[in-house]
Amino acid sequence: MAIDVDKAKALRLAPVTVTVERGRLRFFAKAIGESDAVYSDVTAAQRAGHPDLPVPPTFFFSLELERPDPFGYLDKLGIDLRRVLHGEQSFTYHSLAYAGDTLIVRPRIVDAFSKKGGAMEFLIKQTDITRDGELVAEATSTIIVRNPEVKA
Amino acid sequence: MTTTPAIEVGAELPPLRLEPISRTTLALFAGASGDHNPIHIDLDVAKSAGLHDVFAHGMLSMAYLGRLLTGWVPQRAIRSYRVRFAAITPVHGAPTCTGHVVSVEDGLATIELAVTLADGTTTLTGDAVVEID
Repeated sequence: MAIDVDKAKALRLAPVTVTVERGRLRFFAKAIGESDAVYSDVTAAQRAGHPDLPVPPTFFFSLELERPDPFGYLDKLGIDLRRVLHGEQSFTYHSLAYAGDTLIVRPRIVDAFSKKGGAMEFLIKQTDITRDGELVAEATSTIIVRNPEVKA
Repeated sequence: MTTTPAIEVGAELPPLRLEPISRTTLALFAGASGDHNPIHIDLDVAKSAGLHDVFAHGMLSMAYLGRLLTGWVPQRAIRSYRVRFAAITPVHGAPTCTGHVVSVEDGLATIELAVTLADGTTTLTGDAVVEID
């Protein structure tokens, strides 16, 4: 089940426009056991100099999943989601984002390659997150597809 | 009132020790993070993929490490943050997040980061660059 590299790079992923919700940030804080009130209590956030609840460092990854079929691009490439592992993730930050902000998330696949004779395939996805045309953060994901039936 | 930590080469961040990751935590994180991949929450799907059980989202561990960072410096100081997912975190795994400063240069400190489980497995390694005063 080899990924078609040209097809992967040519794949156009639609941008997503997301308005960050306070309730969602509180839910995220709860799920990760965040005890710092800045991430769940607007008054605490404002006392710390924020206009509203800040988007925590890794939630930028979640913004991209706010689409009806977030893994649809894997389907289009014939990739079984059960074989997918997250290999690497990086973020570069330019400014903080807050609840109430409307952000535009633009992902694109920038590279695809295989290793171990096709037993492992890799997709590199880069995502720009902007607010009013200004870059807020950049994210890069390495997605690994395991093909255990391929013997290296 | 917060105090600015000493940011110098060799400085260790106070480790963040998590409770074993429960199935409830995985379900909550799936909903909160928007990553609904059933491999993390549905035992039937995990078994259909030849696994014995579900495993934690890599981004859950990265979020825990993010807590280590923002518990140490204000988030606006973080310039970049990256990780490599080195091993799967099984359900009931108990992660510990650690970090130490490896360089301080031109107002920027680089922090080397890791997440390890109780059995010694390193599940995640990475680094962050933070702005210092």
